[in-house]
Amino acid sequence: MSVDAEVQQFLRKRRPAHQARGQQIAWAGVTLALLAAILYLGSQKNFGPLQYAQLVLDGLRGGTIYALIALGFVTVFNVTGIINFAQGGFVMLGAMLAVTINDWGALAQWSPGPRLAAAVLAAVLATTLIGVLVERLTIYPARNAEPLTLIIITVGVYIVMQGVALIVWGTDAYSLPAFTTLAMRDRTFRLGTVIVKAQSFWIWGVTGVTMAVLYYFFEHTMWGRALRACSVNRLAARLMGIRPDRMSMLAFGLAAAMGAIGGIVLAPATRPVYDMGLSLGLKGFVAAIMGGLVNPPAAVVGGILLGIIENVGAGVTRAGIKDIFSFIILIWVLLFRPQGLFGRQQTVEKV
Amino acid sequence: MSALPGPLASTEGVETPPLLEVRGVSMVFGGLLALNNVHTRVLPGQIKAIIGPNGAGKTTLFNIVTGIYAPTQGEVFFKGEPIQGLKPHAIAARGITRTFQTIRLFHGMTALENVMVGLHRHTRAGFIHAALRLPLARHEERRMREQAMDLLDRVGLAHVAEEEATHLPFGVQRVLEVARALATRPDLLILDEPASGLNESEGRRLMALLREIRDEGTTILLVEHDMELVMELAEEILVLVYGTPIAEGPPAAIRRHPEVIAAYLGDEELFVEPSLGRRMQEA
Amino acid sequence: MRLLRSHRNEASLATLALVVLALGLFEVLQPGGRDVASLTGDVVTFNTLVRIGILTIVVVGLNVLMGYAGQVSLGQAAFYGLGAYVSGIFTTRAEVFGLPGGLEGAWWWPWLLMGVGMAFTGLFAYLVGRPILRLKGHYLAMATLGLGIMVYILFRENFGFRTSTVNLTGGFDGLFDIPRLRLGSWELWPITRYYFLVWLAALASIAVALNLVHSRVGRALRAIHGSEVAAEAMAVDTAEFKVRALVFSAMLASLAGSLYAHFQAAVSPGPFSFIGSLELVVMAAVGGLRNVWGAPLGVALILAIEEFLRAKGHELFAGIGSEAEPVVFGIILVLIMIFLPEGLTDGLRRLPRLWQRRSGTPAASSEVTS
Repeated sequence: MSVDAEVQQFLRKRRPAHQARGQQIAWAGVTLALLAAILYLGSQKNFGPLQYAQLVLDGLRGGTIYALIALGFVTVFNVTGIINFAQGGFVMLGAMLAVTINDWGALAQWSPGPRLAAAVLAAVLATTLIGVLVERLTIYPARNAEPLTLIIITVGVYIVMQGVALIVWGTDAYSLPAFTTLAMRDRTFRLGTVIVKAQSFWIWGVTGVTMAVLYYFFEHTMWGRALRACSVNRLAARLMGIRPDRMSMLAFGLAAAMGAIGGIVLAPATRPVYDMGLSLGLKGFVAAIMGGLVNPPAAVVGGILLGIIENVGAGVTRAGIKDIFSFIILIWVLLFRPQGLFGRQQTVEKV
Repeated sequence: MSALPGPLASTEGVETPPLLEVRGVSMVFGGLLALNNVHTRVLPGQIKAIIGPNGAGKTTLFNIVTGIYAPTQGEVFFKGEPIQGLKPHAIAARGITRTFQTIRLFHGMTALENVMVGLHRHTRAGFIHAALRLPLARHEERRMREQAMDLLDRVGLAHVAEEEATHLPFGVQRVLEVARALATRPDLLILDEPASGLNESEGRRLMALLREIRDEGTTILLVEHDMELVMELAEEILVLVYGTPIAEGPPAAIRRHPEVIAAYLGDEELFVEPSLGRRMQEA
Repeated sequence: MRLLRSHRNEASLATLALVVLALGLFEVLQPGGRDVASLTGDVVTFNTLVRIGILTIVVVGLNVLMGYAGQVSLGQAAFYGLGAYVSGIFTTRAEVFGLPGGLEGAWWWPWLLMGVGMAFTGLFAYLVGRPILRLKGHYLAMATLGLGIMVYILFRENFGFRTSTVNLTGGFDGLFDIPRLRLGSWELWPITRYYFLVWLAALASIAVALNLVHSRVGRALRAIHGSEVAAEAMAVDTAEFKVRALVFSAMLASLAGSLYAHFQAAVSPGPFSFIGSLELVVMAAVGGLRNVWGAPLGVALILAIEEFLRAKGHELFAGIGSEAEPVVFGIILVLIMIFLPEGLTDGLRRLPRLWQRRSGTPAASSEVTS
């Protein structure tokens, strides 16, 4: 047998092929076991299909927000290689600023609709500006630092944001009028016993539009392409005349805007508090990891999956341990699918 | 059955068992064939070189022998025992150590401390001994310090013992890396482009040092682009082209080997001055 | 016999021990009716000094793990909490586990639990460390973060049990009435006695860490930090050494947790949250990761800042009060990370050289012009 034939042969019977099959079987097994566990726990609480539908729908709402936050993480990580812990802070700021501007005395005589719209727009713009400022003041001066230093810096930025929020807004929970009714009480839709708030549709709609705009931005605009070039190869991008530090600023601004949008559309459905950013930021981060940290569409799917899993998980067990599911997923993904749920296996690290 | 060129005359009929034997090793990276059915053996006390144009798979072969990669197929024997698939530290503990194409000295440590890490293999004090400074740890520490100092002295670096290793001049770092590897007292020392970046006189000194090391009983396997150095130093040469061995034998035979000349030596530039793009990829 | 390898570290350790002793005696004797708190205008109290000692033990371990072995942990508070909860649970409700109730009264029981806590936490660290430490950089940071939060949730949620059926951790409220430590019938309380115990442990942990980092083991850890591939080529079993460094740090954290539980006489989940872990990392980083002395320095500085803001914040920031604390804290943190990324110990070390350079610059420039 010639060498070429030999090589051909084991190219064909290379391990990955049947490893992949084994993995598929394992995946299917794990998924089935988890489903069985959920159904068993659910049956202990006499859950019917409608209860599950409710849990999934509510999870879908939370998951959509996670997806938006995850997109912010991915954008910043792709361009700068930084995991931006302050991302949750942008979410909180967006929500809080929208509430404050909406309640601002100077706008009292405006009719509720335009007032809310103006508040939303102003809050997004202000948060974007803060994102840019954060990059200029803290990330840019330390751009050559080690990853750990940068992580701690973004943590520090988050602490400052939350601290300022505490001073400005206190520990109270605020409320933003629902987008549909422009009042505190939202309209609800009922399908049997399943209840969907109108705000949920706003959340899905706004997130969908944001993603479409982002897609267009990244694919069809010069700035978007420059950002993408930066994330592929920073050195090459610089050689092409793209300034990485400008791109870093842009990435932070974009991430802040996405976070703010997420916080604002979520605000009428929950009640914004000064420390809401921490847990939302962490969940968004888990979603980004589920998507492999570099892949925007995968991060979106990761966010939605995360929202559904944790809500169903908490529903069949106890609300208090809701957060634990995201972190189980986080560690599981990191250990077994570090390239993300949908990414292809990485090739061996080059030495 | 194999299209492999047989070993050239010099290795034929040698009775001593090889120190290292690579049997039919192939390596596939994501559909790309980096090594194609490589057979070779290194005899005890030999200085052997692997040459070939960039991308020929030389470093990949080193990485397989030192356990960084597990080969897609094939076996590696060291002192008659299979070692493929062992963890790198386990292989190092059996007596194979290496230097790196891009120098990998430990930053934040002095030259002396770098060499002392090399002595890890011959010391035992663990966390408890070290934390409490029990007698074993203290004795070993003193011995390690002396031995490391001796080694530095031998390679002519005693004067930089307390300097931070990664702040030393490039040429000094290369020699220090060799000293660190020697500290493990290896049976087989693998050098990945030891002379690259060295000037003429530094290269000469390195060559003398390597000969000395060999004369003291350490077998050496190296990859080197400096043809002059290879031809002068090596007793046997393996030529790899695109992951496939095309010739093996003493320098004189390699120089005359028609396939090597055709594939390789005729185009001196190919290996004397690797293209910038390639370099960047490898870095 | 020399306790440490280097004279300089021995001298530093002796100095620290003397300072600790002097402050302790000051508080005991109260010369002129003044206590330790009055030295700093009631900002840094004696209570703070004890907390500095306890946290120094945790941060020393973190320092070895992050600064020397180069393995990030954003979940160190979990190990700290495990020690605290082992001590807290078994000294207040040993009967839940079918242990005889008389144990809780025995003076040696809490001391034994300290050891049990360390062993248990070390084992836990080993088991989770084996898989998790395969990860690197950001990914390791995130995995440890997730782990820390999970452990925190288990504390807060009573390990998933209903508090009405099996009450282990007391949920949100935590555990109360944890007994003080005793030696026979001699109680290590009031605080002046406990202070000496805590600082004895803290000084011992500093000594142990100094020994460790200047040994074969420490060099192996630093080698791993430098280049895992090269360390492996030097026959260092990197996977094993990394996980042992984690176990070492976890055991120190557990010891500190036990000391904390008996100090507060109560344990609640709060300090072991994600924020708690972050604070530990911040202390380690501010002090300087590549130097064991960064641990006491960082802890003291951060706690002093916190105490200062708590005590004087309302004067500095009119009408805002202690709420300004996190903001100022965050700003200081960011500034230190931007301008002294290697921490204060490195800054102090470089001070003489910076001075030289500054005074040397004019000479150098005149040379160029001439």
